[in-house]
This record gives sequence, structure tokens and C-alpha cells, in this order.
Amino acid sequence: MKKALIILIGIAAGIVLYCAPSAPKGSRKAPAGASDLAVAAQKTYVAPGDLDEFYLFASGGHSGQVYVYGVPSMRHLSTIPVYTPYPATGYGFDDDTKAMLGGLTWGDVHHPALSETNGEYDGRWLFVNEMNGRVARVDLRDFKTKQIFGPMPNVSGNHGSAFVTPNTEYSMLATRFSIPLPKGRSAPIDKYATEYKGIIAAVKIDPKTGEMSQGFEILTPPFDWDLGDAGKKVSDGWMFWTCYNAERATGKLEVTASQRDRDYIAAVDWKAAEKAIAEGKGDVIGGVKVIDPKKVPGIVFLMPCGKSPHGVDVSPDGKYVVGSGKLQGVTTVFNFEKIQTAIRNKEFTGDEDGIPVLKYESIKDAEVPVGLGPLHTQFGPDGYAYTSLFVDSAIAKWKLGTWEVVDKVPMSYSIGHLCAAEGDSASPKGKYLVGLNKLSHGRHLSVGPSQPESSQLVDISEEKMKLLYDAFTEPEPHYAQMIDAKKLKPIEVYPKEENKNPLAVWDVKDAGVARSGNTVTAKVILVRSTITPTSIEVNQGDTVKIAMTNIEQTTDELHGFGLLDYNINIVVDPGETKIVTFKADKPGVFPYYCTNFCSALHQEMQGYLIVKGKG
Amino acid sequence: MKTFFERSARFVAAPLGIGPRGLIVLAALLLLPAYFLPLWKMTMFAPQYPDGLRLSIYSWKLEGGNGGQDVKEINVLNHYIGMRDLAPSDFTEFKWIPFVVGALGLLFLRAALIGTISALVDIFVLYVYFGLFSLWSFGYKMYVYGHTLAPTAAVRVAPFMPPMFGHRKLANFDVYSYPGLGSYALAAVALALAAAVILAGLEERAEQRAEAAVAG
Repeated sequence: MKKALIILIGIAAGIVLYCAPSAPKGSRKAPAGASDLAVAAQKTYVAPGDLDEFYLFASGGHSGQVYVYGVPSMRHLSTIPVYTPYPATGYGFDDDTKAMLGGLTWGDVHHPALSETNGEYDGRWLFVNEMNGRVARVDLRDFKTKQIFGPMPNVSGNHGSAFVTPNTEYSMLATRFSIPLPKGRSAPIDKYATEYKGIIAAVKIDPKTGEMSQGFEILTPPFDWDLGDAGKKVSDGWMFWTCYNAERATGKLEVTASQRDRDYIAAVDWKAAEKAIAEGKGDVIGGVKVIDPKKVPGIVFLMPCGKSPHGVDVSPDGKYVVGSGKLQGVTTVFNFEKIQTAIRNKEFTGDEDGIPVLKYESIKDAEVPVGLGPLHTQFGPDGYAYTSLFVDSAIAKWKLGTWEVVDKVPMSYSIGHLCAAEGDSASPKGKYLVGLNKLSHGRHLSVGPSQPESSQLVDISEEKMKLLYDAFTEPEPHYAQMIDAKKLKPIEVYPKEENKNPLAVWDVKDAGVARSGNTVTAKVILVRSTITPTSIEVNQGDTVKIAMTNIEQTTDELHGFGLLDYNINIVVDPGETKIVTFKADKPGVFPYYCTNFCSALHQEMQGYLIVKGKG
Repeated sequence: MKTFFERSARFVAAPLGIGPRGLIVLAALLLLPAYFLPLWKMTMFAPQYPDGLRLSIYSWKLEGGNGGQDVKEINVLNHYIGMRDLAPSDFTEFKWIPFVVGALGLLFLRAALIGTISALVDIFVLYVYFGLFSLWSFGYKMYVYGHTLAPTAAVRVAPFMPPMFGHRKLANFDVYSYPGLGSYALAAVALALAAAVILAGLEERAEQRAEAAVAG
């Protein structure tokens, strides 16, 4: 009896354990062998003092910044502040950067785009978009943000950006949100399908200076434009953007915008648009020339693509356009030649607000069964494509032309974008690929509820992809660009000869304070280990302008200027002049000091702002 | 005694052969590098300066490595110990050395033309004096820099002599000091002149023996 009871309990325990396994059955992977680990360690180990092979510029999402990593070490090398003040470099505190931020203290950075020449990265500039209708240019000579362009008229939700054309003629964008235009006008939400409009816009880039200016805009139906890519080589002159919500739905979009089996990829002949604008076509909306494709045909065409496509990526030779429908298990490959033929032969199945819809069967080359939730595709140098799979949490490797899926590697977890070395250019470098994952849980020391994102380095130099390294990145790397380190030659000090600031002084004899009415201008010199002058006297209510020149010409000799109780924090690089203007509204004595540790006598590098009270 | 003076007077008045004259012209040519090659080179390494700070001393200028930046950096560092800035205006040598080297060159050519042992001995003695004086002057300058430290300096160090030749550890710096190519050329000048003197002496002695043999 007792024995039978024990057996019964034993059987019951067995059933309970079997029905509630601690891991999915058959999921136990063979643990990586010691030799695999050794190979991975060797491939990612960059010895102290050695340098990485590639730079990775990762978008910082709603942190508003760009993060620079070295590949293959995945070490975080630097943060480039773009849309958000960054006390570490004094960004957003001095007059120039404060003016550049334009009163906004956040931006949602999505898609960095390196400047290109003939479709290849040229290492001159990095363009990054952000959702409030802006595009910024980072100069890779000094890794500094030089211009923030926008918010642009009519643009609401600048998501499909900042993709550059093959010779950096334009940075192209398309809006995620549609609103009644011009901005400032309102219309009831039930008029969404007709009164709300999306925008495709071209930001003109000066080929010499990189300076951005207003290009043209194109009016679109209220689809939610998502991502884009410029055609290259055979398809140069064309831009492609995916959209979801071809349903023109409102409300609970996760349902209402997921009804159709196919949404669209817009194919835009931007050279034709450029020509139409030059011929004086287009209407002025919100102060900018806007082309209505209904009135100016031959510029925009719609390619049906299943289902709610996210990424659209043009192959290195420009022949294929890969659209990844995030709600299905295949990625769709379109053939540029076929698109052109279909346009010529008017193989249309209908239109959307006068924009012709191309016949799917006429332009499609393949539906590649990559796996669930395909999002983005990057390319290798050898005809292989790599597609991220959000739902499957993996990367699929497949061959262009044969459309054969040859390998998959799991990602931890839920990969969004991915970035192969120069993998969206006309000449991908292969070797490394970084998966930019949305979730990281459990793969790092716990840091509480606010979790870092995970970026995983994958070796793509061989037939089988191999996971090499887990790195944890600041939120939120939407997209990244990986460039051969040899292409960048950044300066490390600003040459004195290039400093044209009229308030710059280079000899401590010339430093000093001058008053003109209620404005006090202090020409300040920062050099190891004194801030000259060591005291500045003003009256309460004065406008104080402090122009600081770091007269060092030595690498890494940065000096800071922190002014207590006035919320002023400036960092001046060697050879640079920065100006901060403020109202001395608080009386008293306020110490200022060098914030950036510079020398053995760094602590002594301090002085006093004396604000004489009115009383 | 009388014969010694007579003999030596005859010796110094003797004309030079083609060999010594050639050596003098060579010595004159070897003066030229002193105008465009550094005479002395100092290199300073510290943990913070793995690539080193470099100082090249020419006959007429001071040149810092890294496009001149290293001199500024050395001055920035030296101000902490109260050392004077390395300022070209402090170096009177930059004015007189180029002049003296030029004058010596002209005297060399004169000696080669006049072609007497006396002229050769003159330039040899003058040159050796110039060389030794310059070395002393350089050493003295280093001594003064290392020993004239402002009493208000943030960091007090004992007065020191920077190395002239070889390595010395100064605080966190490993300092290496060696003659530059220009100085090697100037040393070759001395060797060429010494060789000319010896050759002229041998030739003159052979001449005298020959004369004695004829007279005998």
C-alpha cells in the first residue's frame, strides 16, 4: 500500500515536471565549445593600445545622441550630442549650440546616414534625422554637430530619414504622421483619409560644405511612411519608401492599419521631381514648393508590398529593391528593371489619389522565406543579404538571385535594425554585422527596470554566421552605420590659424574684461593651469558675455568652465573659442573652475565672478 | 734652437699639396649641413607622452616636434617648475653661429687657395676653438635653464643639469640627448682638417728628406 502510494506520487511528479518544463523541449542547444569561444574571443579582442577596424555610428533614439563604438571590440568610444544638451562636452550650454538646439531639448534620432560619393561612404559627414522634422549634420573631421536643419515646414514625424542619395545630393525623408496642411490648420479625425496628408521631402546638401537647405516636397496620401533607401548605380535617381496604414485608418492602428495584405513601397523619381521644380511646377504650401503627384504625373509610383512593410533596402548593384513585410514570413524582392518596364507599359492596377499602383506580379522577382517578422536587410560583398527577423529573433542569410536562405543565427532578443560593415553602400565590406536588438533581458548584470539595449556582433566572414559578442548600448539604437576606420582622419586639436572668432585671444596679456553700457564682455584664456582673468566683476543686471579660448594646441588638453549657481557649463577643446551670454541677475560671488581634469594643478584652475548687488 | 725656428718657419710657409687642399675644400663643404641639419636632438618620453616630445636645435633655430607644438608643450610643463620658456630670442648662438660658420667657410677657401701649412694650421686651431666654445656655450645654456628656476614655482625641484649626451631621468620624463646630423658633419670637418694637417706634415717631411738627399 505504502509502496503503491510512493509509485503514484512518483508518477504524478513525473507528469507535473513533463507538462511544465523549465525550457522548451529540444531547445537545449549544445553549449559552445571551448574552441569556438576561443575563436570568438580572439576575433573581438582588441589588445590594450590597439585600434578597432571599423567605426560604428549608432543612433541614440530618444536620447537625442549618436554613439560611437569600435568594431570588433564593441567598446563605446564617444558620444556625439546632437539634439539633446550634453553636459559632458558642454553641448547646449554655449550660445552657438544653444541656438542650434532651438529651444528643443530632445529629439528622437533614428537613421544615421554617412555621406556618399558614387554610392560609397566617403567619411565626410554623418546625417541624422529626428522625429520633430529635423535633420542634423555631424562633421566627421571633428565629430561635432555642425547644423540642425528644421523643423521643416509640413513635416510631421520625420521617421523615414535621413537617407542620402549616392552622391549626397540630398538627404531624403518621408513623414510617419499625416496632418492637415499647412501646419496650424486642423480638421476632424474622420476626415483623415482626405484632409490629412503625408510628405516626402528632399533636403538639399551643399556638395562642398555639407550645409543643408530646403529642397522640395511631394504631397502624399495619409499613409504612414516608414523607412527608405536611395537607388544606386542602375537605380540612381530613385528613392524608395515603405509605408504601413495604406488603409488610411485612424484609432486603434495596431488593428485598423493591419487589415490589408499589402501596403506600398513608394518609388520616387527624384531627378524628375528636381526637374519639375526647376520648371516651376508645384504649389507653395507652408512656404515651400510642394509637388502634387496628381498634377505632376511620372514622379511617384506605388509598389504593392506585403504586409505592413518596414525596411526597404536596395542591393549594392542597385538592381533589387528588398521590402520586408513585418507581419509576414517572407521578404519581397522587386526588380528595378521590371519596375521601369511596368512604368513604361503602364501596368497599373489602380491609383491612390492619382498616384498609379504598379501590378505586383509584374515587378516582383521573389518572395524569400526568411522567417517571421522580417524588418531590415543589409548586404555583404559576396552577393549575400542579411535580413533581421523581429518575431523569430534571428538573422537570416540568403543569396541574391537564387533567393535561397542559407543560414540563420538567433539574436538575443527581438532584433530591430542590423548593420553590416558599409552594408547599405555600393561596396559592402562584409566581415562584421551588428544586430541592434530591442530586448536584452537576462544577458547582463541586472541594472533595474530601465534596461540597456543589446547590440550583438556577428561574424559574417564565413558561410555560417557566428555570434561573437554581446554589447549593451544606450537607448535606442534604431539604425547604425559601420565604416572602415581608415576612411576617417579626425583632427585632434583645432588649429589656431583656423580660429576666426573675433573674441578669441591667444596671449594672457590680451585677456580681460571690457564694459559697454550694461554689457560686460570678458575675453578669457584657458591654459594649464589658470583661467585668466582670475576674477570678473560685474553689476547685478548686467548682460555678461564670456568668450573662452583654450589656447592649448595639445591633444586631449580640454578645459572646462563651470559657473556655480548660474547653470553654466562649457567645455572648450584645444584651439577652440566658445561664448556664453547670460544675465547676471543674482548678486553675490560665484566661483568658476575648470571642469575637465587637465593637469596636476587642475584644482587650482579657478576664479570668481563677483556680481555687485544693486542695493 | 735657431735651427728649430728656421725649420718651423720654413715648415709653415711651405706650400700645400693637392691632397691637403682637397681636404680643406671638403671641410668647407661639410660646414654646409650646419645650416639645414639639426645640431642637437633631445627627446623626452613620459607615460603621458608615449610618442615623446621632440626638440631639434639647429644653428639658427629651435624646432619642436609635432609641427612645433612640442616646444609649446615643453614650455607649458616647464612653467610648473618655474623654468624659463625656451624662447629663440634667448639664444644669441642663433645669431653668431651661422655668421661664424660662414666666416670659417670663407677662411677655409682662402686657406685652400693660399695653400700654406700656416693658413691650414690657423683654420684648424680656429675651428677647434669654435667647436669647443660652442659645446661649452650649449652646456652652459642648459646649465642656466636647469638652474634658474623661479622661486615661486608650483612644483619645487632641485636645480638640475639636463643631459647633453645620453639619457637622464628627470621627474616622470626619460630624456635622451644626442648630437644631430649637423654636429656629425661638423665633427667630420674637424677630422678633415686634422687629416689635412697630418697629410701636409708628411708631405713636407718627405720633401725635406728629398731635399736633404739632393744636398747630401
